[in-house]
Amino acid sequence: MADQATVAHSAAPEKKSVFSSWRQKIIYIGFVCIFAVFAATLSDQGFLDPNNLLNIFRQTAMISVMAVAMTFVLAAGEIDLSVGALAGFSSVVTAMAIKVAGFPAGVVAGIGIGIVVGVFNGLVSTRIGIPSFLATLAMMGIAKGVSMWISATAAIPILNQTYAYVFGGGNVGPVPILLVWTAVFAVVGHLVLRKTTFGRRVLATGGNETAARYTGIDTRAIKMQVLIVSSVTAAVAGMLYAGRLQSGRFQFGEGDELSVIAAAVLGGTSLFGGAGTVIGSIIGALMIGLINNGLILMGLEYSQQLIARGAIIILAVALTQQTRRQT
Amino acid sequence: MGPGSPVTGRSSEPANAVRMTDIGKAFGGVQALDGVNLEVRHGEIHALLGENGAGKSTLLKILRGVQPPDSGIIEIDGVPLIEHTPEASRAAGIAMIFQEMSLIPTLTVAQNIFLNREIRNHLGLIDDREAVRVARRLIEEFDVDIDPAAQVSELGAGQKQLIEIVKAVSQKTKILVLDEPTSALSSAEVERLFALLKRLRSEGVGIVYVSHRMDEITKIADRATILRDGRHVITAPLSALTLETIVEHIVGRRSRGFSDHSAVMIRQGLPLLELVNVSGARKPRNVTLTVHAGEVVGVAGLLGSGRSALARLVYGLEPVVVGQIRVKGRAIAASTPRTASAAGIALIPEDRLRQGVVIQHSVANNIALSVLGRISRRSWISRVAMDQIVVEQMRRLRIKAEAPETPVQALSGGNQQKVVLGKWLATDPDILILDEPTAGIDIGSKAEIIVLIRELASQGKGVLLISSELPELLAASDRIIVMANGRTIREFGRRDLDPDDAVTTDAAERLQRAEQRLQIAIQEASANG
Repeated sequence: MADQATVAHSAAPEKKSVFSSWRQKIIYIGFVCIFAVFAATLSDQGFLDPNNLLNIFRQTAMISVMAVAMTFVLAAGEIDLSVGALAGFSSVVTAMAIKVAGFPAGVVAGIGIGIVVGVFNGLVSTRIGIPSFLATLAMMGIAKGVSMWISATAAIPILNQTYAYVFGGGNVGPVPILLVWTAVFAVVGHLVLRKTTFGRRVLATGGNETAARYTGIDTRAIKMQVLIVSSVTAAVAGMLYAGRLQSGRFQFGEGDELSVIAAAVLGGTSLFGGAGTVIGSIIGALMIGLINNGLILMGLEYSQQLIARGAIIILAVALTQQTRRQT
Repeated sequence: MGPGSPVTGRSSEPANAVRMTDIGKAFGGVQALDGVNLEVRHGEIHALLGENGAGKSTLLKILRGVQPPDSGIIEIDGVPLIEHTPEASRAAGIAMIFQEMSLIPTLTVAQNIFLNREIRNHLGLIDDREAVRVARRLIEEFDVDIDPAAQVSELGAGQKQLIEIVKAVSQKTKILVLDEPTSALSSAEVERLFALLKRLRSEGVGIVYVSHRMDEITKIADRATILRDGRHVITAPLSALTLETIVEHIVGRRSRGFSDHSAVMIRQGLPLLELVNVSGARKPRNVTLTVHAGEVVGVAGLLGSGRSALARLVYGLEPVVVGQIRVKGRAIAASTPRTASAAGIALIPEDRLRQGVVIQHSVANNIALSVLGRISRRSWISRVAMDQIVVEQMRRLRIKAEAPETPVQALSGGNQQKVVLGKWLATDPDILILDEPTAGIDIGSKAEIIVLIRELASQGKGVLLISSELPELLAASDRIIVMANGRTIREFGRRDLDPDDAVTTDAAERLQRAEQRLQIAIQEASANG
């Protein structure tokens, strides 16, 4: 039980902003530090080259986009492990639909797969009562299996140039279109989480489900909705993979679920629900992209990259957790 | 306003705020409620009493729309409630404040107050700044000093409780249900809560008040409904009920245990636990006390007085900064739970569900957990040895469970607490520290636990008993130490509180006098400490 002194201290008014708590500040400081270190040590390898920096955005766009949706899922106290496999699945389905019926059909098919998988995940976890961890873990296998099967494990090329432009390769002026996609998801996601009743209900559901339910919030519907949002977003990420690499492959997005969850947690989203920021998740995703890029430029082998990346992520999360405990 | 509005054109007599008639509810084969009635008038505080498992929570959950009744009628202001959902009950003007805190800890005070009815700007986006402004006005109206922009997880228990009430009242609540609202409050906070409830009563709100603390009930309630075993026993004005009759109705037999305290013998042995000028990082401060073999030392004080900190410190959960702890005359160097346990100290913590038991595990596994070393050989657990210990503790403590294999979560609060006791008694400790051992459990189990504490003392163990319930402290303790602000302020022997020259020989009345003396001492201590 908190005694008088603690209460008086902690109840003191505090300025709240996007950069409110220490936990969130740490990620921004960490981001700047890593950037500075790479800028100092890797400038000869072309780290600061505008093209390289834009490439970081291109490479992390899919993780960023999925991290926005994952913020909602985690904030609601759930988790979605199927996003990576679903991205690959949607890339395959989109590519096949474009081949048969053209650009619009491809978009509809990709989004449609996202909705179907999301509804399935949602029903399994909210109606049957299987925890989302298991429901989406199972879906990860199913999505990968189906996409391997229908594509016969082969890449399906996308020859539609409009699609490739809009969903990956294009530029709006000097800005890569993938950066535009990221920005749109970030802004919309941020506003929805912070400024709409849906976002508030998501945070309430994850913060204290019983209390939320007694306040009249349909927490099952909220969980269902965040899982659908997550799946549709993962499907869009798969379509971005397909556009950028002009093909559909079941391998796209493989293992992304872990990067996405790491990005959200790095950004200050709680794995236990109730708290999260979309901007933080985007920064978290960029930080992972930054680390990947730097390690490649350093000339590390893939095996070494994996080790270094893991160590950096543990360090970063440990720092954010530490600050939380102190407050 | 919807289904909750009073219907005009009915009888001239004002309708009851709530009228629940002949409510029945079964879970599986168990009849939780059987033909229960509850009537709450506008502008009254109505106590709902009964032991744990008597059906109070079920009845309230039905009222709040969380569970549908199997049979019976609920009328709000004379209008039958047709739909049984939280939303429908809410719309009818029913708000409930639960033991488990019905706030979202990760949101701010203002965000909680306006949860699910957020203030929005012309774009349809949530306007948190306006919410803070309105919330501040609401909070000030209740004469409370809480920052509406603060995150709820940063508030103290009392502040949370008040915010819940502000939240409930701000949404046109006509019926306010409070379930054990004071279990985590200091007495100053309780006073503030009561002032608030009286104000709401004068404004015509019907209040249903559930508590195990009879002193509160007699202080604040107008009428009481008592349930026992899922049945309605009596509804009567409190002026027509004495404490004895209330307890009699609740328990269904004349209660013993609390009243026969004066029969306790004082027989002191050697000092078992000695604290010499002990201070923690913040609390406790400069505490010197001794617990002898065969003695129960009670520790009284308000929340935050350092009672629990003292317990944690003795058990090695918090570091001793200054001073010395001696067990049987030998100083413990660096105290950790391991060394404390090896020295024969056992702590039965306040929060039994989080700190005391693994709730999904069976009674047997929980009891055996503390003695795994003793009942196993090369890591293999001996079933026979385990059964022996488990059965012994279950019998000794009269744990009511279908079988040793029953999961602890299926037991009542009182029996869960007995499992925690059994777990530590199995280690055969010399010194027992009990922190609020009867919090939230029914009166029958309370009395049993007090008898058990006396039994342990008579077997030569030393007991340090921390409790907020004074009758229990008085019934069980040989000496009572009053703490405030981390210090021991006063010490009472039994005779100081219950002198032989007392005007009456009636045990209940003597207990009441002793309680008054102790209560005054606690209040003085915290005022001067």
